[in-house]
Amino acid sequence: MSTATAVHGRVPMGRRNQQFIESLAGIGFATPALILLILTNLAPLVVLGVLSFTNYELGAVAFNSVGLKNFAAAMQDPVIRRSLGNTLLYVAIVVPAGVFLAMLIAILVHRRTKSRSFYEVIYFLPVTTTLIAMATMWQFLLHPRLGPINAFLVSLGFERVPFLSEPRLVIPTLAAIGVWQLIGFNMVLFLAGLSAIPRELYEAADVDGASHPVDRFLKVTWPMLGPTTMFVTITTFITAFKVFDTVAVLTHGGPMGSSETLLYAVYLEGFQYFHLSYAATLTLIFLAFTLVFSVAQTFFLDRRVHY
Amino acid sequence: MAALTLQGITKSFGATPVLRPIDLDIADGEFLTLVGPSGCGKSTLLRIVAGLERQDAGSVTIGGLAVDHLRPHERKVAMVFQNYALYPHMSVFENIALPLTMSRLNVFERIPLLRLLSPRRRVVMQQIASEVEAVAGQLRIESYFARRPGQLSGGQRQRVALGRAMVRHPDVFLMDEPLSNLDAKLRVHMRSELAELHARLGVTMVYVTHDQVEAMTMADRLAVMDQGVILQLGTPSEVYARPASITVAQFIGSPGINLLPGRVASAGQVELLGSTLPARVPAAPGSPLTIGVRPESVRLQPRAGDWLLPCRFRRRENLGSESIFHFDLDGPQPVTILCKVGHDEAAVTAPAEGKTLLGIAPDSCHFFDAGGHRLEPQNGASNVPEIANRRQAAIGQS
Repeated sequence: MSTATAVHGRVPMGRRNQQFIESLAGIGFATPALILLILTNLAPLVVLGVLSFTNYELGAVAFNSVGLKNFAAAMQDPVIRRSLGNTLLYVAIVVPAGVFLAMLIAILVHRRTKSRSFYEVIYFLPVTTTLIAMATMWQFLLHPRLGPINAFLVSLGFERVPFLSEPRLVIPTLAAIGVWQLIGFNMVLFLAGLSAIPRELYEAADVDGASHPVDRFLKVTWPMLGPTTMFVTITTFITAFKVFDTVAVLTHGGPMGSSETLLYAVYLEGFQYFHLSYAATLTLIFLAFTLVFSVAQTFFLDRRVHY
Repeated sequence: MAALTLQGITKSFGATPVLRPIDLDIADGEFLTLVGPSGCGKSTLLRIVAGLERQDAGSVTIGGLAVDHLRPHERKVAMVFQNYALYPHMSVFENIALPLTMSRLNVFERIPLLRLLSPRRRVVMQQIASEVEAVAGQLRIESYFARRPGQLSGGQRQRVALGRAMVRHPDVFLMDEPLSNLDAKLRVHMRSELAELHARLGVTMVYVTHDQVEAMTMADRLAVMDQGVILQLGTPSEVYARPASITVAQFIGSPGINLLPGRVASAGQVELLGSTLPARVPAAPGSPLTIGVRPESVRLQPRAGDWLLPCRFRRRENLGSESIFHFDLDGPQPVTILCKVGHDEAAVTAPAEGKTLLGIAPDSCHFFDAGGHRLEPQNGASNVPEIANRRQAAIGQS
């Protein structure tokens, strides 16, 4: 009897010990991941932030704090303003085209039974190839004299179009290539979204009189694809904002800076001119843009697409 | 409101036949239930009536008009789906109003912003709102007009789906297992609510279910289906009292009917466990026979005139209001006999372990031939003295 009481009295103590051991184990398991997160994500961001307030250049032995001078310079830098404008124009073309064309193709492909996988592979191919390699193909296709696209236009009686060397055309042309590359990935996401729409909803729409394809789209497909559309829009936006490879390979920012984009400017400052602190400042501006846009879209759309 | 006629409806998916020619006449205002195990073709038949599926052959007539060439919304049918199929992005009000807005507003009046230009739209919408409110009042759902389906319970969603069907004043109501997603208690409640709704609206209803209780409790008539064929069509009491085949007998009634292996003796008498029963059936002597007895017709205390079954008690399931006793039949083959008795009777006559004699009233037996078809007994209960003798003998044996 007395031993039973003694054992009974020690239980709360044992429980406290157990809780301590459990929390210790929890911290132990979480620590490696936390360290990795700090080393790979947070520390570089802090270094980036610190650098942007200095005058450090690659290889320099010493550097000083310059306060907001880099930011002020960036605001007045005509190259940066032009790059930002070009990037926004690129985004303004790529996001709507990349999202809605992908949705359209997904809707068309979704109903195919036998040929669906064929179309999926075809549209997904550009995603699997590297854009740098495909850019050489585009350079050939778009070449003013050698390219088949211009040959086709000439055969129709149009004049030759210098797609990549005409300042007003170069961003739309790059945007078209960007859309071409993105559409397969977005299509796959939309296909997944379409598969998740219950068939009964379309049948209910049929019985309720919303059987016209446009009505079916407006009453069922479009609202039910809301969460997918939101996700695709945000990822497309971020991808489009990061446009770099086509610029670097096809135009080098030309002609006359008309295709310079934000990330290309960062690359030039950092890796060509070695102004690391200035490049860090531009990167920070770039990050701020993507962050603000993504967060704004999330807040604006999230309430409308989840029911 | 209209009568519904199905003539020679067939359907196959690929090489698999789903419906063999189906003929069915449903009267104006009738509540007809299609009942059967899953995969029997009942849902396909309903979807053919709705126009969601096209039949391979045959014709659907609603109110005397063939509707085979019409799209679902042109058929004046309304459908309630198993998982309600409410539009999740619309409010309850918008969900119910949708069939009306689709039919009464033209394309421009439905396009956002542009619709503000139409002066007619406001008048039409007011009319629609009053009709939606009238329907919602009947279903008691006005208080959550502004909510979305995701914020409603299963029973509330069910009512909204009903409202969306009712608001169009359809000729025929089609329901595809509408109660199967509800919990047991709510299902019982909605069952009576649906039956009352049908009585109030007086509209033709076709109701698909795999649940025989729903079929029995709500329908005016039920059609028992299996493998694309209507096995029996009749009122619930007809189907219960005179099942046309073993499959129907097994499907209707809970717990399932007891099936005992028998044989046709000479002169058409029924032979069970080596002894001859006084019932006669129109079948060739010597052919095998199945005797069906519903658990509720098996008596723990045999009465005079009962046939007796020597059994061994196995276990008892107490359901509160009633008890189900499991017995093993004393015979060459292992056969389980279920016996369902009310609470009071179970309290008095609960059998002890070991052997016992169960009684079955001769007129509660069903006979089926080797093919599973019903055999009508002939002058089954006329030999009362003989049965009495048999009973004495049987008690003496045990």
